[in-house]
Amino acid sequence: MSTSTQPIAASRETSTAAVSVRRQSRRRFKRIGADVAGLLVFVVMIFPVYWMIATAFKSGDAIASLTPTWFPTHPTLANFRDAVSRPFFWSSVRNSVIVVVATVSFSLVVAFLAAVAIARFKFYGRKAMMVAIVLVQMIPLVALIIPMYVLLARVHLTDNLLGLILTYFAFVLPYTVWMLRGFVLGVPAELEEAAMVDGCSRLGAFFRILVPLVAPGFVATSIYAAIQAWNEYILAYVLLKQHNETITVWLASLTTLRGTAWGTLMAGSTLIALPIVGFFLLVQHRVAAGLTAGAVKG
Amino acid sequence: MGRTARAHAVPYLLVLPAVLVIALVLGYPMYRLIGLSFQHYALAEIISHKTTWIGLSNYRTIFTDAQFWTILQRTVEFTAFNVGATMVIGTAIAMLLRNVSGWVKVLVNTAMVFVWATPVVVAVTVWQWLVDQQSGVLNYLLTHVLHVGNFERHDWFENPLSGFGIISALVVWGALPFVVITLYAGISQIPHELEEAARVDGATNWGVFRNVVYPIVKPLFLIVTSLSVIWDFGVFNQVYIMLNARPTADYYLMSIYSYQESFGVGQYGRGAAIAMVTVVILIVAAFFYIRQLLRIGEIK
Repeated sequence: MSTSTQPIAASRETSTAAVSVRRQSRRRFKRIGADVAGLLVFVVMIFPVYWMIATAFKSGDAIASLTPTWFPTHPTLANFRDAVSRPFFWSSVRNSVIVVVATVSFSLVVAFLAAVAIARFKFYGRKAMMVAIVLVQMIPLVALIIPMYVLLARVHLTDNLLGLILTYFAFVLPYTVWMLRGFVLGVPAELEEAAMVDGCSRLGAFFRILVPLVAPGFVATSIYAAIQAWNEYILAYVLLKQHNETITVWLASLTTLRGTAWGTLMAGSTLIALPIVGFFLLVQHRVAAGLTAGAVKG
Repeated sequence: MGRTARAHAVPYLLVLPAVLVIALVLGYPMYRLIGLSFQHYALAEIISHKTTWIGLSNYRTIFTDAQFWTILQRTVEFTAFNVGATMVIGTAIAMLLRNVSGWVKVLVNTAMVFVWATPVVVAVTVWQWLVDQQSGVLNYLLTHVLHVGNFERHDWFENPLSGFGIISALVVWGALPFVVITLYAGISQIPHELEEAARVDGATNWGVFRNVVYPIVKPLFLIVTSLSVIWDFGVFNQVYIMLNARPTADYYLMSIYSYQESFGVGQYGRGAAIAMVTVVILIVAAFFYIRQLLRIGEIK
């Protein structure tokens, strides 16, 4: 303790200019070290993603070579052509799009209503409901597959997109309620009250004030729901039969059945990841904030 | 009078659709899972719509099976290792991000978002390619660039321990973005003056973290840890797809075990009992998560 305060005490005697120069150079040194470490983190994290895209553009020879080529020097679209011409690619894209659109629209409407109730009203059972919303998110998916399969098999809803949509809808609902609640809380209730004082009805204030102001929340929430529905695998794998699959099941079956066509697999992976990464870039900040909103307050 | 009664009903009407959907699609299957775990339920029962109650028999079968305890222990170790690695590395990166230049921060953040958004199925496929026996880049790197030994045609999954090493690396890699972005959001709100004051008083890097940063982000830290426990305990895809949908018993985790008992062997009742054990363990983790949310006033 005393040794480490000494330089500061000593430096007080020298001119303040010298201190700031020394401090600056030490800070610059520290900054360079941090930057090098940060770049290392960047390389390790991004490499698998880079390797996926790079492989997707490589020729078959370059992929099979025992000495990897770090950059696709002769880029080709052959892998992409092969991936999209594999059986069931387009039908599984269509299935995934249907499931995503339905999940997003259902969950948005239902979650928004619940979010308004939780954020704007005091009612009996409100706190219990919030705990329940957090709790149901903890249930592992795998645990629910068994009874869901048994139930849907009984009402003949397996191999039916509707069954899958219903389960995704329920799975994204708790979090979308939670997220939209945050956005509704972000709109001051006084704005709606002011509109009502000015003669607006409660419903009018709802549609003219709250809905437009929560619009960014709708975008973020629907992208969250879309990502979940697009990326989900096990439920789709169990609940849908082969040849009526979603895009992730299509990719996994390509891997598990004919696991060596790496160029095609990487092209398919790139095609599946691309739309989702694009969407995510738009909202990542909001999604992170929604999950732990306010957690740093205390 | 009528008007106030109607006003009282409004919030209940608003939450009704959400409650119905959650109760029917999540609550009812959960209730059925409990029921199934006390029944003999195989393929014949699905077709005949008949159920046979057998009491605790399923639980007795799994608890007396040595394999169950091996798998439970393996799952606990797998979870502990992954959560530990994720939290330590994630915190280190979040702390590092405070000191890097702006452009480095943008690069790291972009990488995090790319990894975060990558669908798990895609991530597993890409990692399979990275560790491929023939032309995988990992074997090449270890053999010809880092010169740590001869890894040519090395099969990482021959030995379950090294196989789980790869799977853990994949799980941690996939989990880091959420942890880093969330912890950084918390850490970056700490005023720099606090840290500088501690440094003037002679605090080391570790001291700054232990005595300044950690106490402030502790609630966030606990939330992220309990979420990680819940997610890592339920890992399924990373093992199942990585091993081409045919994992050997050496690679069973609780989730895979319950899945195979149900859909592989056709013993849905026993699979349900295994799943119930998982749920009970996770409820304990969820308890800490919810208590923390209540404590910091997130639920009020």
